[in-house]
Amino acid sequence: MDEFEPGRTMSAIAVDEELTRAAGSREAYEPSSPVAEFGASEPLRLDAGIDLAPFRIAYNTYGELNADKSNAILICHALTMDHYPASPSPTTGKPGWWSPLIGEGKPIDTTKFFVICSNVIGGCGGSTGPASLDAASGDPFGLNLPVITVRDMVRAQKMLVERFGIDTLFAVVGGSMGGMQVLEWTVSYPDKVFAAVPIATGARHSAQNIAFHEIGRQAVMADPEWHGGRYFQKGKRPTKGLAVARMTAHVTYLSEMALHRKFGRNLQDRDTFGYGFDADFQIESYLRHQGSTFVDRFDANSYLYLTRAMDYFDIAADFQGLLANAFQGSKTRFCLISFSSDWLFPTAESREIVHALNAAAASVSFVEVETDKGHDAFLLDEPDFYRAMDGFLSSAARARGLCE
Amino acid sequence: MSTIDLSGTATSATVTAPPSARVDLDIIAELVIPGSRVLDVGCGDGSLLQLLEARRQVDGRGVELSQAGVNDCVARGLSVIQGDADRDLVYYSDQSFDYVILSQTIQATRNPRGVLTQMLRIGKRAIVSFPNFGHIAVRAALMFRGRMPQTKNLPQPWYDSPNIHYCTIRDFVALAQEIGAEVETAQAINATGQKMAMAMPWSFWNLFGQQAVFVLRK
Repeated sequence: MDEFEPGRTMSAIAVDEELTRAAGSREAYEPSSPVAEFGASEPLRLDAGIDLAPFRIAYNTYGELNADKSNAILICHALTMDHYPASPSPTTGKPGWWSPLIGEGKPIDTTKFFVICSNVIGGCGGSTGPASLDAASGDPFGLNLPVITVRDMVRAQKMLVERFGIDTLFAVVGGSMGGMQVLEWTVSYPDKVFAAVPIATGARHSAQNIAFHEIGRQAVMADPEWHGGRYFQKGKRPTKGLAVARMTAHVTYLSEMALHRKFGRNLQDRDTFGYGFDADFQIESYLRHQGSTFVDRFDANSYLYLTRAMDYFDIAADFQGLLANAFQGSKTRFCLISFSSDWLFPTAESREIVHALNAAAASVSFVEVETDKGHDAFLLDEPDFYRAMDGFLSSAARARGLCE
Repeated sequence: MSTIDLSGTATSATVTAPPSARVDLDIIAELVIPGSRVLDVGCGDGSLLQLLEARRQVDGRGVELSQAGVNDCVARGLSVIQGDADRDLVYYSDQSFDYVILSQTIQATRNPRGVLTQMLRIGKRAIVSFPNFGHIAVRAALMFRGRMPQTKNLPQPWYDSPNIHYCTIRDFVALAQEIGAEVETAQAINATGQKMAMAMPWSFWNLFGQQAVFVLRK
């Protein structure tokens, strides 16, 4: 694995120590990863109709870029992930969230490919987001940051990729919100993506998914410590609201079968009911734990922005409601992967994309992995998933002339 | 962290042409013009696609009903999706392939006529191979044993067979006529896996051909 060159840090800006702690992590202000800075001359054109400048993108890379810059794979992260897919996160100290998939000799082989992963715009891992300081006011953006879309995230990634002098990405790979970014890449920049792997995702966010996101956002905004988004200035954090948001979302990442298998109706550290409202059941205790660890690593406003970005996502909307039109003439090789027990992005949503790609005569593979682990399966050890990724990328690499 | 076992993964799709176990696959491969765009409907484990990519350098795609078959194909680097010949061909656009192939699958479809019509819409040519239910061994089983035949090509008993729409070579020719398709080439294969002489009449093929391969166009 690479030694990271520390990028430019923001140490010049005085940050209140309490405020930094309140952000859950110093990473939002002083990313320990490399950072690409974009000044006033290179604004980010947002869908909201505003030019964002200056802004910055925190990223990591793995492997080496080859001489003709044809071996780059962009990894797009999901809602609450970061730009540490293959190296330990400085916030949690845990291994990279896709470390079984990315590395030497792994399906995304860093001896063959140059892997880039950046924190999304609107995130809280070091790229410009609501927790970043607004240069104009010196305060964190909070809700003064314009609403971000998936297309904005991809537009920013394109600017980062160009900084590396890369014209065409060999592949763009991502799951869930990351899968949305993959699809957006293939539609916004069809000639710049040789192969695309959208995983556990959909071409639009469903009404049910918007509903769950809205519950999460309302939980954050109902927390009195949210202060209309200005909690940093008050030295507070809406941890209770954010924890509830996470608990709700976490249930949607699992499946009824997996919950039953892992917890059933088992009681936590007790033999009988407590006849009160403590966490009697193991599942309650588990969710509370998920909520409380999440608030230590994620910014509440960022959660509002990123869930909103997913809600706005609807590729067909820009193509007279016909998804197939979005992929017309596409030369990109697609491989879609879904998981049988995923009810957040069920297989039917991937299949809809496959049918649209068929109609557009695009090259497409599609694998549904049999598992009871729900949406989360895209982050877990699923041999069929890894085999599909390996087979598809190897074949695409041969077609691209990257290996014999 | 868990480790990944990739030992079972075949990653090279282009090395050498694997010897094909099925004679109809060899015949299909001979019929396909090199470098063409091919859709294999009911592609199974991808043997034919792999054969066509290796011998004919085709741009190949596949549709397969069984998810296990699809997963194997994709792991082998083939461009394959899970789908149903009866339901999912409607999603492909007109004339988007040079060949649409249905190998040993037509007898398992719910609507063979509909599938054939879709194939001729999607592809410039349709290639169909199927077991001939008019073969002498099949006729003999019915005539002398009074039982539904079980042969090398139709091994399952009637109650446990995916094959629900059997046809003879003559039946197939009649269907082609009915949907307005022209038979460009046809080839019958006898019980020993030999190609039967082209000069033989249909009735002879229908009696001694164990399988047939047809190339149709509109």
